[in-house]
Order: sequence, then structure tokens, then C-alpha cells
Amino acid sequence: MANLTINGKQIIVPDGVTILDAARRNDIYIPTLCDDPRLEPHGGCRLCLIQVKGMPRPVTACTTPVTEGMEIETTNEQIERQRRTIVELLLSDHPNDCMICDKAGDCTLQELAYFYDIRSNRFVGERRQYTKKDQNPFIERDMEKCILCGKCVRVCDEIQGLGAIDVAGRGFTAKVSPAFEKDLNCEFCGQCVSICPTGALMGKQSVGKGRQKDVKEVETVCTYCGCGCNVTLHVSRNEVVRVTSRPDTINEGWLCVKGRFGYSFINIPARLTTPLIKKDGKFVPASWDEALDLIAEKLGAIKEKHGPDAIGGLSSARCTNEENYLFQKFIRAGIGTNNVDHCARY
Amino acid sequence: MNKDVSIKVCMGTGGIAAGGVEVMSTFEKALASVGIKAAVQKNCSMHKVGCRGFCARDVLVDVIIDGTKSTYQYIKPDMVERIVQEHVVGGAPIGDWLVTDDYHTFHDKQVKVVLSDCGEVDPEDIDSYLGRGGYEAVKKVLTTMTPQETIDVIKASGLRGRGGAGFPTAVKWDMAIKATGPKKYLICNADEGDPGAFMDRSVVEGNPHAVIEGMIIGAYAIGAPHGYVYIRAEYPLAVERLHLAIKQAKERGYLGKNILGKGLDFMIKVKLGAGAFVCGEETALIASIEGKRGQPKAKPPFPVQKGLWGYPTIINNVETLANVPYIIRKGASWYAAMGTEKSKGTKVFALTGKILNSGLIEVPMGIPLKEVIYDIGGGIENGKKLKAVQTGGPSGGCIPANMVDTTLDYESLSKVGSIMGSGGMVVLDETDCMVNVAKYFLQFTQSESCGKCIPCRVGTKRLLEILTRITEGKGREGDIELLESLAADVKTSSLCGLGQSAPNPVLSTIRYYRDEYEAHIYEKRCPAGVCKDLLSYSILEEFCKGCTACTRVCPAGAIIGEKKKPHKIIQDICIKCGACFETCKFKAIKKG
Repeated sequence: MANLTINGKQIIVPDGVTILDAARRNDIYIPTLCDDPRLEPHGGCRLCLIQVKGMPRPVTACTTPVTEGMEIETTNEQIERQRRTIVELLLSDHPNDCMICDKAGDCTLQELAYFYDIRSNRFVGERRQYTKKDQNPFIERDMEKCILCGKCVRVCDEIQGLGAIDVAGRGFTAKVSPAFEKDLNCEFCGQCVSICPTGALMGKQSVGKGRQKDVKEVETVCTYCGCGCNVTLHVSRNEVVRVTSRPDTINEGWLCVKGRFGYSFINIPARLTTPLIKKDGKFVPASWDEALDLIAEKLGAIKEKHGPDAIGGLSSARCTNEENYLFQKFIRAGIGTNNVDHCARY
Repeated sequence: MNKDVSIKVCMGTGGIAAGGVEVMSTFEKALASVGIKAAVQKNCSMHKVGCRGFCARDVLVDVIIDGTKSTYQYIKPDMVERIVQEHVVGGAPIGDWLVTDDYHTFHDKQVKVVLSDCGEVDPEDIDSYLGRGGYEAVKKVLTTMTPQETIDVIKASGLRGRGGAGFPTAVKWDMAIKATGPKKYLICNADEGDPGAFMDRSVVEGNPHAVIEGMIIGAYAIGAPHGYVYIRAEYPLAVERLHLAIKQAKERGYLGKNILGKGLDFMIKVKLGAGAFVCGEETALIASIEGKRGQPKAKPPFPVQKGLWGYPTIINNVETLANVPYIIRKGASWYAAMGTEKSKGTKVFALTGKILNSGLIEVPMGIPLKEVIYDIGGGIENGKKLKAVQTGGPSGGCIPANMVDTTLDYESLSKVGSIMGSGGMVVLDETDCMVNVAKYFLQFTQSESCGKCIPCRVGTKRLLEILTRITEGKGREGDIELLESLAADVKTSSLCGLGQSAPNPVLSTIRYYRDEYEAHIYEKRCPAGVCKDLLSYSILEEFCKGCTACTRVCPAGAIIGEKKKPHKIIQDICIKCGACFETCKFKAIKKG
């Protein structure tokens, strides 16, 4: 454990944590745009510059590990002036369209602009303008809103292990891009969307369907497979408009393409909501009791007439381990056959 | 006749550009032709040598007969025959073609350490280097010194990093020797990128073995079995000679396993940079070698803790390493006797700009700037007045003419708001606009910014935009203050040295030439007459003789008038090229 002071307050944190981490553990706010505790520190946005006693220059809190006896100042006139300049510089190269941006109200850059009260901008100048739209099916990429924090690049590399995007070009025209500036063609897990601090990356299906302040959040578990990822359904006007996951869940906020973007079935009229029993060549809605009674009756009759090996069971990867266990138990012990398999078995 | 003749032709990039290859082959042909060998009789040898500094006089050729050296300047292939006949065979140098006195004054105040063998040894022949004491330093450290003793010698010499920051080399090596781990790396940084700088290029082209020898000694001192040279792909000749030198050194047992039978293993790989200025920054350089995008990382961890592939890594500049063998051979006190109290030894500069004798120079630290400009450099071109000297490239600053007494050492340069940098030195005269100079350097840093951090990516862009509008006559009240404020924030909040030093040219020109900025902004006037948008040409009727010389040179057809009557410039058509101004013999064209 290391003893240090932040803004005169004595704190104790584990050895090796960063100054930013130490501050967060003690509810001390340091602004940042490029840091996420789940990713390697980046040190690019420069907003978390703080002053450490004895160091000649300000250092980034996100990359500097604590040491015993450190005396840290997270805010002073000079530091705040620099932070304000940085936010102002970012805004000077950002579309001024918060009024129609889906991310409004949930945007870190907008929060910082509010916090630093940036109304007019001293640095008005050329703005990056990109007309090309990415034609991929899932992710809306508006690179004019990109602040190059590099979170999407890092999550794709470090968490997803894919490296579908990287920074291309230099300086002012540097740009996050798939290889050769082609359209995005990846797994579409949407980790990048979940981590983007601005409106540069959005789910295509969610655009125009309701901003964060207007949605009701419903916590649930993804039904696509047995992993059991925690998901949050964002509901607006009785429609699921977006799926996210919180970083403090078992899956740390990460989802796959199905969990994140495969939610349109929820509102499709053809979706089955009750069991159907075929009567006179037509499917008729039935209750679960009716359906289960029918299945039990038919299975019993087949077993009696042809023996248990006339029956086989096929289970699904969308079920949990426990459900699959129970299913094979039912087939083996209940029916009395080893004819049981699973769609994910090779 | 029984003579020993040696002919040395400058074949650095400057020499080759001036026609060195043709001169060399003409000499070879001439010497091979029937009769010459017989006439000269004994040993007659040809050598290509690296840059000897005075590039403005290339191709430079030395003819050495029995130890007596005559140096010829501006040699073209068609002059070779006469030199061979009259000098080599006849024994009489051709006086008109020999270098003049200023060639000697160019060299008089120089002290050559790093460049002492440049222009003397054949860079493509290891024996040539060995013949001048090459690799003796490696033998000395491997047979008589421990690694710690080696570091102690470097410490006593006071050698500081020549890449720009001036960090003491021995302190760096000391940290590396203490770093533990299964592997260590020593990297030679040859990614010289400052506009107009060619110090490291000339050293690698002219004497690559000195760099290799320095690396071997460094590797022994810190215990690194692996070395890299990170060199710009835009230096093809340097790359070629480096590869050749490494091959030769390996063949002779100076590289590889069990060097000189003393148990040291060290091998050097060459990695070519793809033309990014930022890759000279050490963490970006490491990323580039690792095959990643060349952009810097925050420190700590420092490369000496966690560098290439995660292992302790030391990065030294070419010139730093090339100093090492000479320090080991001649001793720390010899080296420390040169220079000032805190800046020891010599420094190589690439002297360019509006200077009479441009070229590569090596001077003792602490030499006054004015001696470099007026004695070595021979003063300003075309009799113009010195305005400023820009040192340190895009990271540096300008030293105004009234401060030419400033001495060239790390401390003094930093005191006047500039830096030593890697050794770029651009001389500016009264026809240079300082706002435009700042704009030029910002254009460079802005296009070379990697884009990782916001202050550098967007901040340098905005600095450049403000400077551009000032030079276009659209400067606003408050622009100077805005530049100062933004420059200060970019300096303190940028991630790496590129962004932290990019505002220096702006800040130093405002510091010394604020009146020029004000003239641009408030009077819409460029005092040096450089910024085209603030310039107009007109004809003074009382002086114009109507000779029509101006109408004939005007590329835009903007000048009208009848013969022998005063002419007139149509402002809407004039492209402000200044051709009329240069041509008029009657001073009838007014610029302003």
C-alpha cells in the first residue's frame, strides 16, 4: 500500500495503481476523454494532466503510477487553463450540432464544454470534413465527431483481439479507419460503439430513436447463448431502441454482435409468444400446460410402442449449462436412451 | 620518379550530387590508361571518402603525393585529365583550381573529433578505418576495462546526448547497467529529420565504422547483446554503407559472437524508418521497430525500464556514439578539455541558409556564434545584413543578430530561448520575414504531428492558421497574445518533445521581433518584403525611362506602357514575383 496526498487529503491506495485510479477510488474528479479502466492507459487527451510535487512538468494521471509519499494537485489555475484550452481546441474541430446529435446528454465532450463554459471559441478555424459514409450494416461512423481518443482502436485490439481499425494519416488529418479506408467489415461486436465518448460511433438501428435522457433502462440477461451476459435494454415509446451493458457486470460491459445489435426480433409481429399446436393442419395457440401434456402423451406412446431408442433429443447452445444438463438427464434417465446431442458439439 | 600517390574524391551525398561519381570514374579511367602507371610508377591509389564539410565547393578532390596534400575545388570530369597530366604525372599542382584561402579559414576554427576521419577514410573499406586507429577503442575496453570503468570514462569526459536534449550519456548507461532482465537493447537513433540537417547522415555516410565501434563499446558497457540502427530510408547511401560496414565488421570479428575472443556477443540490425519525423522521439521509434504505428507513449515507464519488446533499452544518437571511440582512445580528460564547464567536447552543425560557406562544421562547445557565422561561415551572402540565426530546427528558436556573442552550448542557447537541438543552424538575413519563418516551421511540425495528443494535433494547426492569416494581412488585434497563450498551453500539455517544442519558433520570434508581427497586423505591412499579400510593386514615373526591360521579364503581362514613356503595373494582374524589381536598372520599381 502507498500513502499519498491528493489536494492535501491523505489517502492510502494499493501499490502500482495509477494516480487517476487512486483519485477515482477516493471520489476525486479528474477529467479524461481517453481513459477507460478496462483498457491500457493511453495518455493522449491530456485532460488528466496534474501536478506532482517535485516533478518539473505536469504529468498525466492516467499513465503515472503512484509512489510512496507522492503529493498531488489535481487542480489549480494553470491546470484548469490548459484543460479549458484542450476542450476549446477539440470543439474548434467538432460539428456544432449537439441539438440534433443522438449522443447529446450522454456525451463526455458536451459535459466538458458545459463544465468549462465554452460559448465562443478562440480557435475557430478549419474543420475536418468527411463526406463518405460507411455502408456497413451496424455501426454509424461519423468521423467528424471523432476526437481521436483511440478508445475504439484499443478496445478492438486489446479486448476483442481483432484490430479491425487503427489510426491512419498524421496530424490534423489523422483518422480512425479500417484498412485502406474501406468500409468497416469486422465482427460488429460494437465494443467500439459502447466505449466512444462522443457521437462518432453509434448503432445504426438506434439513430433517431431516442436520446439517453428519454429512455427507460431495463436490466436483463441476454438470451442468445448460455454465457448469460448482462444487458440493459433502452426502451423508448414501448420499443427497445438500444442494447448496452454496464461495465460493472459479469461481462464487464462487453457484448457480441447478437447481444448488442440483434434485438429487432423483439418488436417483430411474427415472433412466437405462446406455444402452437397443429390442429387440422393449422397451428393454433395453446397454453404451456396443453403443449407439455401433448408432448408427454406422444413421447409415452412412442416409447411404449417402439422402445426408448426410437426417441432422440437435440439441445441448443442458447440454453445454459444447467438446462443442457437437465435435458440430457431427462433423455437418459427419463426416456431411457443415449440418443442425445447438442448443436455445438463437433 | 618513384612516388606514392593517393587521390581522394568526396563521395558524400553532397559530393555525389555535384558529380563525384563521374569525377571518380574519370580519374580511374585516366589512371588506368596506358602510360600513366608507368609514368607515376609506384603505388597510385584512388579512394572515395565521405563529406569533409565544405559542400558548397564540391566536388572536392585531394591529390596526395608523398604525403603532400593539395585540395582541388569545384572539380568537373573534364578537368581530371589536366590534373592527372600536370599534377600527378608532372608533379605541379594547378594553382587556379586549388582551394582558396577561405577554404582554410572555413577549417581554422573547427575542431574535428566526430568528423576527424570523415573525408579521410574510405567509408566502404574497413581497412581504411583500421589504418587510422579504428577499433582500437573496442580492443582497449575489451582487454583492459570493465563495463563500469568504461562508463566512468564517458562520465569523466562529460559527453552529453547529441540528439538534442543533452542528457548525460554516462547517466543513461548507468541506469541501463543497473536494469535487470533477460535481454537489453542498444539502439542508435539515426532518424535525423530536422529540415536542413545532415549531421548524422554525413557521419554514417563518411565513417560508419565509428558509429558501429561506439555501439560495440556501449553494448559492452551496459550489457546489451542486441543492437539496432534506426535510420531513415531517405538516406539510401548511408543505409548502403552502414550495411556494408556491419558486414565487414562481422567478417573481422568485431560483431557477432565472442567478439575478439573476449566473450562479448553483440549484433546490429538495421531498421529503416518510413519518413516520419516523430519517429526520432524514442518511444515512437521503439513502436516503429516493433511494427506498430510510430507514435509516442507517455513516460514513465522510460525505455531504460521498459523499452523495445518490453526490455530495458538505451537509445543514443549517431553523433553521441561516434564520439565514444575517440573518447576511449584519447582519454576523458582530452575530451573534457574542450568546451565549457557543463557542455564538453565538440558539436557538429549543419550550417545553411544565407551564409557564404554553407556546409558541415564541427566546433568546440562554447564557441561564440559570431565566430561560426563570420569566420567559419565567411559572413552573409551577397553582402546582406545578418538578421538572425535559427538553431535547433523546428524545435528551436531564433537568436537575433544583436546577440551573436551568444556562445554555442546547451545552457547559453536555452537562456536565449533556443536550443542546441541536433545541430541545424539556419542563417537568416534582412530579407527574411520572421513571421514567415515561424510559419514555415509550424507547417513542418503540424504536418509531422502524429495526431495522438490534442494540443499538438489541433493546437499546432491553430497556431499555423493564426500565423497564416497574419502573413496574409488578415491578422487581428489580439492575435499576438492569442499565439502566446496557445503556444504556452501546447508547450506544457503536449505528450512528446515534438509538441512540447513546436511552439518554440513562434515564441522566440515574438520575443525578439514583436514589432514585425505588429507591422503585419496593424499596418498590414511586411517589413522584410516577403509576405506577398502585403506587398505591391509600382513604377516611380520620375525614374522610369520606358526601356521596357520590365515588360519583357514580367511573366504575367502586368506591365504596360509605350517605349520611352513611363510604364505602369496593373495591380490586378501582377503576381508579385518581383522579376521587374530585380531587372530595373533605374530603381524605378517600388516595392512595398
